[in-house]
Amino acid sequence: MAAPIEVSGSDTEAHPEAVLSGVDRKKIQGRSLGQIAWMRLKRDKIALTGAVVVILLILIAIFGPYFVQNPLTYHQNLIDPTYNRPKYGFWHSGISMDHPLGVEPGTGRDMLARIVHGARISLLVSFLATLMSVVIGTVAGVIAGYFGGWVDYIISRAMDAFLAFPLLLFAIALVGVVADGAFGMTGNGLRVSVLVIVIGFFNWPYIGRIIRGQTLSLREREFVDAARSMGASNSYVLFKEILPNLVAPILVYATLLIPVNILFEAALSFLGVGVIPPTPSWGGMLTLAVPIYSSDPMFMIIPGMAIFITVLAFNLFGDGLRDALDPRAK
Amino acid sequence: MLLLVSLVTFGIFFWLPKLAGQTTDQIAAGYVGKAPTQQAIEDTKERLGLDDPVVVQYADYLKAIIVGKDFKAGPVTDHCPAPCLGYSYRSSQPVLETLLDRAPATLSLAVGAAVIWLVGGITVGVISALRRGTLWDRMAMIVALSGVSLPIYFTGLVSLALFSYSIPIFPGGGSYTSITENPVQWFQALVLPWVTLAFLYAAMYARLTRAGMLETMNEDYIRTARAKGLPEKTVVTKHALRASLTPIMTVFGLDLGLLLGGAVLTESTFGIPGLGRLAIDSIRSGDLPMVLGVTLITSTSIVVINLIVDLLYAIVDPRVRLA
Repeated sequence: MAAPIEVSGSDTEAHPEAVLSGVDRKKIQGRSLGQIAWMRLKRDKIALTGAVVVILLILIAIFGPYFVQNPLTYHQNLIDPTYNRPKYGFWHSGISMDHPLGVEPGTGRDMLARIVHGARISLLVSFLATLMSVVIGTVAGVIAGYFGGWVDYIISRAMDAFLAFPLLLFAIALVGVVADGAFGMTGNGLRVSVLVIVIGFFNWPYIGRIIRGQTLSLREREFVDAARSMGASNSYVLFKEILPNLVAPILVYATLLIPVNILFEAALSFLGVGVIPPTPSWGGMLTLAVPIYSSDPMFMIIPGMAIFITVLAFNLFGDGLRDALDPRAK
Repeated sequence: MLLLVSLVTFGIFFWLPKLAGQTTDQIAAGYVGKAPTQQAIEDTKERLGLDDPVVVQYADYLKAIIVGKDFKAGPVTDHCPAPCLGYSYRSSQPVLETLLDRAPATLSLAVGAAVIWLVGGITVGVISALRRGTLWDRMAMIVALSGVSLPIYFTGLVSLALFSYSIPIFPGGGSYTSITENPVQWFQALVLPWVTLAFLYAAMYARLTRAGMLETMNEDYIRTARAKGLPEKTVVTKHALRASLTPIMTVFGLDLGLLLGGAVLTESTFGIPGLGRLAIDSIRSGDLPMVLGVTLITSTSIVVINLIVDLLYAIVDPRVRLA
């Protein structure tokens, strides 16, 4: 007899549902770009670390100042009058239970409080400036890329010119020349607004160039032709067809612009045109550390590390976000 | 381009204060010094032409650059020859002379650092791209990302603290000597600024090179070159690297141009008397002709270097032909 064909059904019969259910019980479904990006981002441990640090920093900047000591209170009992530096702690940093990051040489102001308050200024200025750059850059980039022709020519030349400007010099000049009381504002309110406007206004071409390039290629895509052939107006195509496709690059480059702006703000403070002392800022703390770094290194390391950690976290998160949203970019 | 930059600078100093509600008297008072008398203010306004409309002041400035200008200082008339950038409001020195005096320090700093960061950054980037995913690649990219995230005024201070104060190998800040005066001291004083400045840029260039190399190594012509049996070394250097150098050169043109106009932060940190320091000092003292001079030099160097870079494209990238 030939080998029985129908030996025992259960062994030979295919059970695709059973096999599949063992592997993956979920139904196959379409995933949006956001879902795909989130999946990729979840796998990227480095980017996630960056994201966690970024969120922590934002929370510190918002709520931190309510929990720390007054950053302006002098603790001169902690200062050694002969050397003008803190009496206690390693490297004469003044680090103790009361002052986890030590105290400032000379005045004895609490370093933790100054760092936390500095974080608020730093993040506030860089976020608002980034928002401004993104708005100007996106509008200019989309208009240049979509309309082309002489509009594109003028906007592109303007972007080239901006990229070749000695930004730092202009920023210093601008901040310096706006006298107190101008535009109906005084003190740090005015300073912060000027900083935001200066930084935001000079950095828009970076975003603008990228958005222009993306718009140029989107404009030629079939779905734009389709919309137009159905009689869509320019504004419909711009807002409903092109802009939604630009959300990913805008998000990525905004995230990557924030650390640039943090460094910019710190540089301006370092050069003495940031927020007005005694309001603490990271760059300003480094300026104070310049003449005394050799005798009191901790005073230089703490604000420096604050800038470094913040900028690095934003860079890591931004890099991860770019990898997640655009797998072709490296 | 140059016109635009000078126009904006002019606007910042003369138009903006008016916009912000300052009178010409107040602006002039700023240049006179403490306790200004009305007579001194009037003189200053007359001397600087502050009462003229901003457009007229600007036209005067441009005219001076092209044909020179006569300055009346009391009974004597001083002629300032053709590329006349005016005189400092503060020290009354000719701007051009001061700029030429400060330029060598910035030039030494920028060129030295540029050599280090180009060689270092591109080498690291190429090796990382070729050994993608290895331990070397990951370490190099972590260092590079940290480098991008570090401000120069922090790394500068740290390197000074380490290599000048703790281990006294190099001289401290403010020890810059001219090369004609003492080449050895010149070199010693610049080693730390060079390396610190180059590190930040090298980090950026390593990332750029790596990304560019990874992209070009996937191109068809690389496969063709390999299929022809070319040695891997030739494929990498002659085919891949040449193509990925183009975007790097674009960035390099902007970076070097900006640096030649004054490495503001580096010069401040290391106490180098270059154009950047001059710019900061002039801005603080409201010395407009000096600020205009520095920004013009910066924009000129950016324009010139970009022109050189454009010409170099044709040499580096065989796909580019000069029209």
